[in-house]
Amino acid sequence: MSTWNTYYQAHSLEDAIAVLTQSPSNNQIIAGGTDLLLEIQQGRHPPAHTLVDITTIPELNRLEVTSAYLWIGSAVPLAKLITWQPLQQHCLALYEAINLIGGPQVRNVATLGGNVAHALPAADGAIALLALDATVWIASPENGRTIDSSQVNQSTPNNLPIEVGQVRLRNQPLLDCYAGPGKSTLSAGEILVAFQIPLRKDGESSAFRRVMRPQGVAIAIQNMAVWLHLEKDTIMDIRIALGPAGPKPLRAHFAEEKMRGQKLSQATLSEATAAILAEARFRTSPHRATAEYRQHLTSVLLNETLAHAEAGRR
Amino acid sequence: MKLTVNGKEIEIEPQPGEMLAHLLRERLGLTGTKIACEEAECGACTVLVDNVPVLSCSYPAAKAANKQVLTIEGLAELNNPVSQSDHEFQLHPLQEEFIEHGAVQCGFCIPGQIMTSYALLQRNPHPSEEDIHQALKDTLCRCAGYPTITRAVQSAAAKLRGEPPLRPVLPPVVREGELTPPPYKVIGSKQARPDAVEKVTGKAKFTDDLKFPGMLHARVKRALVPHAILKRLDVTQARKLPGVVAVLTAQDIPGEKTHGLVIYDWPVMIGVGERVRYVGDAIAIIAAETREIATQALDLIVAEYDLLEVVADPVRARQPDAPQLHPNGNLLKHIKVRKGDVTHGFEDAEIILEHTFHTAITDHAFMEPECSIARPLPNGRMEIYVGSQIPYADRSQVARALGWEEERVRIVGQLMGGGFGGKEDIAGQIHAALLANATGRPVKLLFDRHESLLAHPKRHSTQIRVKMGAKRDGRLTAVETELYGDTGAYASLGEKVLTRATTHSSGPYDIPHTRADCYAMYTNNPPAGAFRGFGVTQSAFAIESMMDILAKELNLDPIELRRQNALRVGSITNTGQLLRESVGLLECINLVERELEKQAGQMEGASRTSRSYFQPRPVEGKPHLRRAWGFAVAYKNTGLGGGAPDKAGAEVELYEDGTLEVRTSSAELGQGLVTVLRMIVAEEFAIQPEKVRVLVMDTDLTPDGGPTTASRQTFVSGNAARFAAQSLRNALAASLAEKYDVPPAQIRFIEGLAQVNGHTLPLSEVAKILRSEGRTPRAYYEYWAPETKPLGEGGDMHFAFSFAAQAAEVEVNTLTGEVRVLKVISAIDVGRAINPLGLQGQFEGGIMMGIGNALTENFIVENGVVFTDRLARYRIPSIMLTPEITAIAVEHPASAGPYGAKGVGEIVSIPTTPAITNAIYNAVGVRIDHLPVDQEVIVKELT
Ligand SMILES: Cc1cc2nc3c(=O)[nH]c(=O)nc-3n(C[C@@H](O)[C@H](O)[C@H](O)COP(=O)(O)OP(=O)(O)OC[C@H]3O[C@@H](n4cnc5c(N)ncnc54)[C@H](O)[C@@H]3O)c2cc1C
Ligand code: FES
Ligand code: FES
Repeated sequence: MSTWNTYYQAHSLEDAIAVLTQSPSNNQIIAGGTDLLLEIQQGRHPPAHTLVDITTIPELNRLEVTSAYLWIGSAVPLAKLITWQPLQQHCLALYEAINLIGGPQVRNVATLGGNVAHALPAADGAIALLALDATVWIASPENGRTIDSSQVNQSTPNNLPIEVGQVRLRNQPLLDCYAGPGKSTLSAGEILVAFQIPLRKDGESSAFRRVMRPQGVAIAIQNMAVWLHLEKDTIMDIRIALGPAGPKPLRAHFAEEKMRGQKLSQATLSEATAAILAEARFRTSPHRATAEYRQHLTSVLLNETLAHAEAGRR
Repeated sequence: MKLTVNGKEIEIEPQPGEMLAHLLRERLGLTGTKIACEEAECGACTVLVDNVPVLSCSYPAAKAANKQVLTIEGLAELNNPVSQSDHEFQLHPLQEEFIEHGAVQCGFCIPGQIMTSYALLQRNPHPSEEDIHQALKDTLCRCAGYPTITRAVQSAAAKLRGEPPLRPVLPPVVREGELTPPPYKVIGSKQARPDAVEKVTGKAKFTDDLKFPGMLHARVKRALVPHAILKRLDVTQARKLPGVVAVLTAQDIPGEKTHGLVIYDWPVMIGVGERVRYVGDAIAIIAAETREIATQALDLIVAEYDLLEVVADPVRARQPDAPQLHPNGNLLKHIKVRKGDVTHGFEDAEIILEHTFHTAITDHAFMEPECSIARPLPNGRMEIYVGSQIPYADRSQVARALGWEEERVRIVGQLMGGGFGGKEDIAGQIHAALLANATGRPVKLLFDRHESLLAHPKRHSTQIRVKMGAKRDGRLTAVETELYGDTGAYASLGEKVLTRATTHSSGPYDIPHTRADCYAMYTNNPPAGAFRGFGVTQSAFAIESMMDILAKELNLDPIELRRQNALRVGSITNTGQLLRESVGLLECINLVERELEKQAGQMEGASRTSRSYFQPRPVEGKPHLRRAWGFAVAYKNTGLGGGAPDKAGAEVELYEDGTLEVRTSSAELGQGLVTVLRMIVAEEFAIQPEKVRVLVMDTDLTPDGGPTTASRQTFVSGNAARFAAQSLRNALAASLAEKYDVPPAQIRFIEGLAQVNGHTLPLSEVAKILRSEGRTPRAYYEYWAPETKPLGEGGDMHFAFSFAAQAAEVEVNTLTGEVRVLKVISAIDVGRAINPLGLQGQFEGGIMMGIGNALTENFIVENGVVFTDRLARYRIPSIMLTPEITAIAVEHPASAGPYGAKGVGEIVSIPTTPAITNAIYNAVGVRIDHLPVDQEVIVKELT
């Protein structure tokens, strides 16, 4: 049995959705394939009849700065994204995370859309996106008008579904894409189109850090991204994301709450760490890390990412 | 679809499921692109698509539609727009500099390295070392010439910018007592590998690159249960699958049903009613028209087993109630080493310490997975194309299974993409031969990485208890060691490996009383056999850790402690061997110490008890990072030893074009033996090395060179080549002497010319003269290494030892437990540095492998089931782990070695692991006694 039968390069969202929703039902979206192809080859994912390559769809390859947001097409190869100036300027955490994914060969094909849609609780790109309060544009098979990209170009209001072409576009929080480890909420024919990230303002900064182990699979034992809004040394607002700390990427809401309005001090950090530990569900992964080690790393990573973010604020 | 490959537009339809690598290799014949893992881990398959590097093993062919693909074959062509003759074509500067710097070893990873680097230089003409590391982050090289690869890329970048290239780094050579270098012309000079150009252009053919008309593809059905009796086996459905040509089981083996290098205990296939002893045991073999069909047929084979209790480790294996795996039980061998009387020695001691160490199973992870092609000939013979470390052993084992005379089988050795000891046992040779014999067609049996990891023998995991007694001043009085070695399901070279582990288990020290006991145990784990270091890697870790523990307890300096006890000329080893010469250990220790002091910015002769480099140092601005150096020494025998006859044959022939050819069956795994053989013959005739061809690994055309193992080939085959060259020289001189009527002593050979009585004639003339006299200018020499004695008899157990000292600087993150190796200093007594460029590659690659053994490599088997069955789970060091390496060659010549040379291939790697773990102790006070280093354990001990 071949891993796939037909490889189809879609030229538009409508085209892709049409192929994805027609029978046979085991048609599958492919972007860079760096997760999907290995899973099929190694028997962890059933073979596909048609692989629908969505990287050839123009909308998914757009990189734009609108008046309030960055619009990052879901299928832009990570290597290209890294060289896009606004990314480093506005989303340092994401820039840092992507830089760590794979080697250049992998980054030349891997995408942020795949990193999220694969739905692992500790994918580096996804963790950074979460801390950056990214929302996701999703196309699904519905009647409507064709996407008018000029509409998208204006800072599209959050959470407002827009009807376009043969497809419906909606915007939703990133975490709503997650159903469980390796399981997204996307149904057949639904395509991640883009990520929308608020532009950085004065006093804001972000950072990403992870801890690896030199043996075994090269994915993070634990990773963390923070986004921070400081005024003097008071935390006006903060977002913390980490993984793996449960079935989905974790937003550490408890800790964030504890930290808002506080000074960035050792005492605040200790309290925040305790809050994360109360909220996170760390597990022992055989041959990789015990839950206790992950708990320990939480405090280390929180200190480091915060220090790093603080240093990077303007 | 249309696409452009290396500048040529082509039209070709992608097949279902086809990856770009398959299209390039199998359908366009562009076999320069290599496949080493097929899991996006290694970078060997890198090609450029629209100018960016991608992994062609995981890049759907269909995706390349309307794109530009550039492969290694296209790179040289880029420089040669008008097609020129093959000899004159211009290499790309990257290709030139990879050769010039000695970055090409086995060559299997090289196309990927060059293509990835090419993409980097397109974007960034001024790459820093860090840029190069980042670019090659996931392009693995197991020969691990990472520093030379980095310099080669920098040098090529300079060239492309129009600047002068970098000079290659060669190890400085320190000679014993001699002030002037020895009078050699070729030996000791910098020489490129004879196969380098082919390897950088993608023209080099490895076994999987070969195709024969009508060739079938084989796959092996493996048990995948660790311990069981095969109850039922049904292959009828598999036989019926269209495209399947043969399915064979144990009952179809015409000859002997077992194989093995020392003991024939390894079933070619497990028959019904017989015992499965590990997951990789074969139960059936399939030949089909395509690999895909053969793979499908695997799933149609039905096997039923009675599962048995799994013997998961050697300690369990030795318990009386453990299931017995072989007719003679679970004990392969109890190995004993005795010197003096340890009871006495411990009574003499003022301090006695004891500690137990554990080492992991590790895998060779050579970049080229195993591949064999068997080809039946019309004359009834069988050719086997395979990259093998012991071609003559392959021949006899294949012949045995076929029930044939050995001479009916010919092993045609192929280029090998790394071996490191892992290509000594039979892999697919017999299975391919059985299928070829049954079908009458050529059969290729290629392992994928998954199968390679499951099936072939590994490095033994060990448990080593060391008890050490010493005087307060540091003099060792007694060392007692007890080793348990996990030899897995079959003997392979287990007994030999663990003998070496045992005899080396008290270290390179002169100790009055030693006692060592090793239990080599069968288990249901994958078999363990030879792996660079041959058991000494494991015992060196234990004893060198123990030496540092002792130094700490006695508050002595670790270097001084080793110097005090070091073997030297006149010492007697623990097996009772008097060392009469060529013991450069003290010199290695002194040189590393001097270099350490230089690097640590210290004055020589500073207080020996408080050397600052062994103290922990915080990193400025990062108080959670601690650095320190660690130190270790090692020795390793050259050659088989232990009474085994150690011989090699070589043949040298002069041709009418004035070139010479040297032939021996010894194996080129990437280590550079071909360069050494060529240099030796060139030295003897005083001609340019380019005039010497080397033919290796062919049982029809090359005399038996014995196994390529135990760091023996430079010594044994090198000597054979040298003496063959000398006897050819003498024969030529005798002929000329007769013809010109001068005494033979007056005839000299120099610069490709024979000098006879004032006038000269070229070697080509000499060849013609001999042939006109009806003689072939050819000489054969069978070299027998000095006799050795079996263990237990005293006397010379080995004819030579190499020695080493290394220091490693580590940085430990006290918060996360992460460890980085920053610097390594290595001094090795190699007897004679014949091929300095190759030596540098061995130095660097050995250290990288030692880093892997210490930090990254852990082959995990859970109750007989392999967990690390993919390269993604079994990590080998990447270029990111490269430390700054300082290598020093020490020459304490061995009188019987060629020009004084002794083994290099293993010793370079042995002290690295304990140097690292000792450095970790010095940095943070955590004693590592389980390998690999577990960062979690470090944190736990620190908090
Ligand atoms: C050697 C190696 C190293 C790696 N290292 C890291 C690492 O350090 N950190 C890390 O986080 N990851 C790592 N990865 C994984 C990684 O490359 C990704 O997760 C990658 O971002 C996935 O993107 P892709 O385009 O290749 O996804 P694909 O494999 O193409 O797709 C993954 C899944 O997402 C779906 N999908 C893809 N795009 C869309 C879309 N637009 N809309 C809806 N569904 C979609 C697919 O159907 C599939 O189910 C590594 C992978 C490799 C091979
Ligand atoms: S990455 Fe393609 S073969 Fe290893
Ligand atoms: S030269 Fe790189 S793997 Fe051998």
